[in-house]
Amino acid sequence: MSEWPLYEVFVRSKRGLNHVHVGSLHAPDDKLALMHARDVYTRRNEGVSIWVVKASQITASSPDEKDPLFAPSGDKVYRHPTFYDIPEHVPHL
Amino acid sequence: MTVTEAELTEHFEATIESNDRVEPRDWMPEAYRKTLIRQIAQHAHSEIIGMQPEGAWISRAPSLRRKAILLAKVQDEAGHGLYLYSAAETLGTSRRELTDKLLAGTQKYSSIFNYPTPSYADVGTIGWLVDGAAICNQVPLCRTSFGPYGRAMIRICKEESFHQRQGYELLMTMMRGTDEQREMVQESVNRFWWPALMMFGPPDDASPNTAQSMAWGIKRNTNDELRQKFVDMTVPQAKALGVTLPDPDLRWNSERQAHDFGQPDWDEFWAVVKGDGPCNAQRLEHCRKAHEDGAWVREAAAAFALEESR
Repeated sequence: MSEWPLYEVFVRSKRGLNHVHVGSLHAPDDKLALMHARDVYTRRNEGVSIWVVKASQITASSPDEKDPLFAPSGDKVYRHPTFYDIPEHVPHL
Repeated sequence: MTVTEAELTEHFEATIESNDRVEPRDWMPEAYRKTLIRQIAQHAHSEIIGMQPEGAWISRAPSLRRKAILLAKVQDEAGHGLYLYSAAETLGTSRRELTDKLLAGTQKYSSIFNYPTPSYADVGTIGWLVDGAAICNQVPLCRTSFGPYGRAMIRICKEESFHQRQGYELLMTMMRGTDEQREMVQESVNRFWWPALMMFGPPDDASPNTAQSMAWGIKRNTNDELRQKFVDMTVPQAKALGVTLPDPDLRWNSERQAHDFGQPDWDEFWAVVKGDGPCNAQRLEHCRKAHEDGAWVREAAAAFALEESR
């Protein structure tokens, strides 16, 4: 028997917030993936909206690439507000 | 059973009433959708056009440190434009449609970017006053009623703090320099003060859309409220910096516990909005040229993607 495809599940816990990845499940198609996601991940009112997407459809960075991928932002300390010395007595900055 | 428009409207209004957020798949009145697309697009266009006045100084920044900072800042503006275009796209418009409207001049961007930046001090003044005014406008928008817009604003506000602080620090550095450098700062502040106050839009009694936008929870404060807040926050910063804000009517009103201040030249404001500012034509022309010059990159990327998929 061939296995059902793997789906990743994202739940919006409350209006105004982003969908957040909560886990995954197997399902034969998109519609059932959504139903299963409801049954598995929102049994206690955890969400107001669900996204499911086939795991095979997600393009992800690989852990091996972590250094070359993110290193360029590591040495740009001037992108952070704390890099700039503003005297204590200057308000609202 | 079909749901009637009256029921949908009732549900929408209940969401707004309870201060909840409207999300892309919810039903929403057409006018709400249109108002949001217009406002978010105008906001996105402002980020994109806003790269130009400061971008002009990247090649002439006085040190590698200042150059790296300025590059990072202009890069952020491009990112902010992207966050906002993405939020607008959840309303059923497309990036291409919005870009076309910007280039055709049928959608606006903030009038502040139609002023020139002839002095290096302008880089600091823009960070301090223009980004400061933008922060005043944007912080309440983090609570706007449309979810994707609010979330984009939260990301943007986090990044704006760097923009404002680098500007103020740049000006502080110049104020510690020569008399000539101090004069450059004052001259720049003199030019940008009034246009910065105009960033909050026309006075409340000349802003016909404000009431509806506030009823829908798109806007959380009126233009005049935000302008007042900005003035009250900026006055002590100007004092600490050692510059004079060019308004003879600016003074503390202890009764109101707020500053009284003069009105910007609203005729100038409307002229700039309608296209007659010092740099309107130049900004759009530059943007159009950059878009056209970049066509080969988009075509090459599409051709490469097609080749890879074979």
